[in-house]
Amino acid sequence: MNILSLSRSDLITLICFIIAVLSGPVILEPFGAGYPDLLQKFAIFGIFAIGFNILFGLTGYLSFGHAAFLGVGSYTAVWTFKLLSMNPIPAIIFATLVGGAFSVIIGYISLRRSGIYFSILTLAFAQMSYNLAYSVLTPITNGETGLQLAQSDPRALDVAFGRDYGAVLPPSDLFGIEMTGYPGFYFCATLLIICFFISMRIFRSPFGMMLRAVKSNQNRMNYTGLNTRPYALAAFVISGMFAGLAGGLLAVTDPLAGAERMQWTASGEVVLMTILGGSGTLLGPVIGAGAIKYFENIFSAFNETILLNAYSFLPESLQHMMASVSSLFVGEGWHLTLGALFMLIVIFLPGGLMEGFRRIKGMIGRIGGGGDVSSKSETAPAE
Amino acid sequence: MGILTVNNVNKRFGGLKALDDVNLDIHEGTVHAIIGPNGAGKSTLLNCFVGKLEPDTGSVVFDGTSLLGIPPHKINQLGVSRVFQTPEIFGDLTLLENVMIPAFAKRDGSFKVNGWSAVANQSEVRDQAMVMLEDVNLASKSKETAGHLSRGDKRRLELAMCLVQKPKLLLLDEPTAGMARADTNNTIDLMKTIASKGVTMVVIEHDMHVVFSLADRISVLAQGHVIAEDIPDKIKGDPRVQEAYLGGAHL
Repeated sequence: MNILSLSRSDLITLICFIIAVLSGPVILEPFGAGYPDLLQKFAIFGIFAIGFNILFGLTGYLSFGHAAFLGVGSYTAVWTFKLLSMNPIPAIIFATLVGGAFSVIIGYISLRRSGIYFSILTLAFAQMSYNLAYSVLTPITNGETGLQLAQSDPRALDVAFGRDYGAVLPPSDLFGIEMTGYPGFYFCATLLIICFFISMRIFRSPFGMMLRAVKSNQNRMNYTGLNTRPYALAAFVISGMFAGLAGGLLAVTDPLAGAERMQWTASGEVVLMTILGGSGTLLGPVIGAGAIKYFENIFSAFNETILLNAYSFLPESLQHMMASVSSLFVGEGWHLTLGALFMLIVIFLPGGLMEGFRRIKGMIGRIGGGGDVSSKSETAPAE
Repeated sequence: MGILTVNNVNKRFGGLKALDDVNLDIHEGTVHAIIGPNGAGKSTLLNCFVGKLEPDTGSVVFDGTSLLGIPPHKINQLGVSRVFQTPEIFGDLTLLENVMIPAFAKRDGSFKVNGWSAVANQSEVRDQAMVMLEDVNLASKSKETAGHLSRGDKRRLELAMCLVQKPKLLLLDEPTAGMARADTNNTIDLMKTIASKGVTMVVIEHDMHVVFSLADRISVLAQGHVIAEDIPDKIKGDPRVQEAYLGGAHL
């Protein structure tokens, strides 16, 4: 055992993860994703999905309202900028705490039910938050315009420390380093690594084992002397805090909070990310988040002209037909692609991309090691 | 006074009187069997011991504590473990994890967020669980997923999960129901071993072979009423029991 209290293989995973994340700009360059705005999104939604996976992947409770915590985190962060300081550290701390506080309330009520009823309750709460943000809470959320910074903001801490941004709207900055571009990415990346490490520790802890037991058999848990509800609530609150943090980071990299961040499509997106990558696995949600944000970026950038160019080798009539058919799947319609991709994954790879990697690894192992490996992996005793 | 005392327990489901003035006294260190025809109220009675059902009237006292109105997880923490008719295990987890979970529950109570310590460092609990798996001959499968086990193996695993908590009282609801003959015999042997270690057991059972090879005392339940309670040899010869339960056939 080492100081991080991780097993050898986990330590290797963690080190590889850190290297991969920090060298993200270089690795993703050939894929056309090596620019900071997109990289920031990978990191932020990676955090969101890691947190969601602690709830969904471990306990099996499918929340359809986690975007509410993301939105709450963003609003909190922007308010912290306005009232206290443009430094991102207080902003993300408050975003995490307020996200956690909201999830205590919503989780406490929603966890009185399980299965589909739980999902519907969380969905209802999130939609309620979304609608409140547009209506009665306008003084806090600034309604449709979204919450923005203003020159007249008090920024008490900044003033106290003699920080004056003059007549321009300030970006958030970490002791002078502006949180845009690569510094912004590395700030998010550091937090992603910390969150990944926390998630890894939870997965390997007795607490994580209990959460998996919640998913497996709550009846047995009760008759084993364990109270299932606080375990589920703890997982819910942890995932709510991760979501709050992710929302805060969205505001750090772009100090603006809008209610659309709380809409059910955003809640659905994190479910897709987790399942696409492989729910209940450590790396899956990060990979799923990256994949979805990457494809969103690629497909939504396509337009008619690009498509026509792509099909330019075809005869003209066919070219136009192909372009108009394809255009359904790109640009605004990229969700159609996402839907199709998601269906394929769920049908053919229920364990997500991580299961795909495992299968490929297994195939390579079989080719390399002969029949020995295959017979070992397929000894599932009959019922 | 026994370790579990049941006094004048009544339970109605609508118009049906499931339990009618049931009195029981379970003594520490004994195996007490509850037998009776289908619908006699055996499972209802057991459910009143574990907090799943609450009697309409009467009292259930375990080790000086009334069990009425206490949720199942708290009753377990008092020292009552239960084996189900259909084995209830954590099917997605490994056998070792299945046994470690109750050991953690015993050590840490019904809720503890120890999300920062690694399971791999909990060698004490792991060793305890491994010893238990060895006792039920499942140690060689400790890394397999429990859901794939045979019915008999699942039962042995469930027993290990209960025993690792060192319960003061072990409740078994038809432990050999739906089992092949070989599995039944293995399970009887295992329960005999457990009984010989002095664990107090209450067994609900249909299989007479199991009952008479295991029980120190037998209560016969018919239509929600205890019609006889005695040692096995006396029960075998009791005409009321033969009338009510065995339809007059001689054992």
